[in-house]
Amino acid sequence: MTVARFSPLQRLVHWVMAACILAMLFIGVGMVSTISARYLTLVSIHKPLGIAILVLALLRLVLRLRRGAPPLPADLPEPMKLAAHLSHLVLYGLMFAMPLLGWAMLSAEGYPVVLFDGLRLPPILPQNLELYALLRGAHGYLAYAFFAVILLHLGAALFHALVRRDGVFEAMAPVPTRALD
Amino acid sequence: MQPPSTPHFRLGAFAVIAGVLCGATAAFAYTAGWLSPGRLSREKVVGALSPPGGPAPGHRRNHVKGICFTGTFEANGAGAALSRARLLAAGAYPVIGRLNLGTAAISEPDAKARVRGLSLQILGPDGSEWRTGMITPPFFPVSTPEAFYALLQASASKEPGAMPAFAAAHPEIAAFGAWAGSAPWTGSYAEERYNGINAFVFTDAGGSDHVVRWSMRPAAQPVPVPPDHLATRAPDFLNQEIRTRLAAGPVRWTMALTVAEPGDPVDDPSKAWPEGRRTIDVGTLTIQALQEEADGPCRDVNYDPTVLPDGIRTSADPFPAARSSAYALSYRRRAAEAGSYPHTAPGARP
Ligand code: HEM
Ligand code: HEM
Repeated sequence: MTVARFSPLQRLVHWVMAACILAMLFIGVGMVSTISARYLTLVSIHKPLGIAILVLALLRLVLRLRRGAPPLPADLPEPMKLAAHLSHLVLYGLMFAMPLLGWAMLSAEGYPVVLFDGLRLPPILPQNLELYALLRGAHGYLAYAFFAVILLHLGAALFHALVRRDGVFEAMAPVPTRALD
Repeated sequence: MQPPSTPHFRLGAFAVIAGVLCGATAAFAYTAGWLSPGRLSREKVVGALSPPGGPAPGHRRNHVKGICFTGTFEANGAGAALSRARLLAAGAYPVIGRLNLGTAAISEPDAKARVRGLSLQILGPDGSEWRTGMITPPFFPVSTPEAFYALLQASASKEPGAMPAFAAAHPEIAAFGAWAGSAPWTGSYAEERYNGINAFVFTDAGGSDHVVRWSMRPAAQPVPVPPDHLATRAPDFLNQEIRTRLAAGPVRWTMALTVAEPGDPVDDPSKAWPEGRRTIDVGTLTIQALQEEADGPCRDVNYDPTVLPDGIRTSADPFPAARSSAYALSYRRRAAEAGSYPHTAPGARP
């Protein structure tokens, strides 16, 4: 039988972003844990990759608004449906919030936002120490929240794939539709 | 869609899910260093800088005392031989700077600080930027950030044998001790030579790399003053002196670049390069106005030595990375405590 699936482009963007965001979370906590030369290497990946995620998130939102999503199975209990919708909302929110916070906090620090040699983004806020403190805290704490929500999301996806086997995982699975038949 | 799972299969599925989630969490914790208490973190290093009574809230965790200035860096263009950086092309560029003391204790009188510092943020018309923090010794006391942490621990230790043991394990410290004991003290920030100490890679317009250290050579003639004379002066005599001096005439330094030759210790800031290395004077720094730090433009600047213009980058010297990471934490902490270090000028933000 055929399952309702996200479009191939939506699936591609989903899995590329999944890899990028997970990498970003690991790079982020790894870089702030060290004073070795790795610190600068990781920071220099963190900034451009984070901005790339912002661009992908925009593309993804447009796709989602235009192409929608396949419905959840009718027999999924209401609380689970609610949890699914809420967690997706939070994931979308964080995909935008994290890179914007990173960019904004460096702006508030008056620190140049250099993506690579010669490509510098303009500040999006004036220099302001109190604002920096707030944004830097938010970037740090929301990063941990992001990881926690991703774990929940991953757990739920595997639950659909392995326990309920209700086609929800297949809707986003990184395989062509013919492979599911 | 597959058929519904059997209870037996379901148990296995939950085990797989739990395994994946636990594995991901463990990998995350490992990456964050939570499972590696031995990793030298910025928290450890910045914590080790703390003076006995704890750091002054809202202030820098090291080089805590300082005064802001604004000025200009007038590049003469000679630096273009080594780097394509816009800030080394002939021209005048604005500077936000900070004269400071190499101590983490805010109550320490100026006369006691053996090391003095000069921090610069030079701003280019193309948005490029060059930040540097320089100090008066000609080399750093130790070779590596790890050794710096060990030095901080040994010097804070009450064990009588801690420093001798450190010195035995890190013989490079002897040169610094000799400098500290013999270099003349002066009564002015303006009479000091400030050294960048760390090595950076300069790339010229042709794409060739040169490993460079830089210094600021004072225009003022140094007048040695015995330390016990300085001790009789006001606790902030250096700030008073630089104000009086600037009111009477210009305060200037010449920036000099020194180029390493093959085989020079570019990755070890505790070792000076041999005499006679090619040195180029690339411009003049002039102070135009001084500002109290509480309300001055340098207050909220992170003089992170890895903020460099295109044409200059970090080298094999491990310190700039360590400093960048440690200064970020110091900055984060002092920003979170900004309320404890209020602005004082009338009309300033609280
Ligand atoms: C999806 C996007 C992003 C994620 C998931 C992410 C994640 C993280 C994480 C986990 C940390 C460590 C948090 C801590 O323990 O304090 C961090 C720190 C940081 N992030 Fe991001 N980040 C993102 C985007 C960005 C962007 C776009 C920028 C800048 C352009 C940025 C700049 C920084 C900086 C400067 C730090 C602190 C470095 C330090 O304290 O030394 N981030 N980020
Ligand atoms: C691993 C070694 C080092 C550590 C952990 C360290 C730590 C620090 C910290 C935490 C600050 C305060 C930063 C802020 O809040 O903005 C600071 C400031 C400073 N450091 Fe270092 N430092 C190190 C090596 C060096 C070296 C090699 C030099 C000289 C070349 C240097 C020169 C300075 C200067 C001039 C300042 C004052 C910056 C300002 O005016 O804001 N430091 N250091």
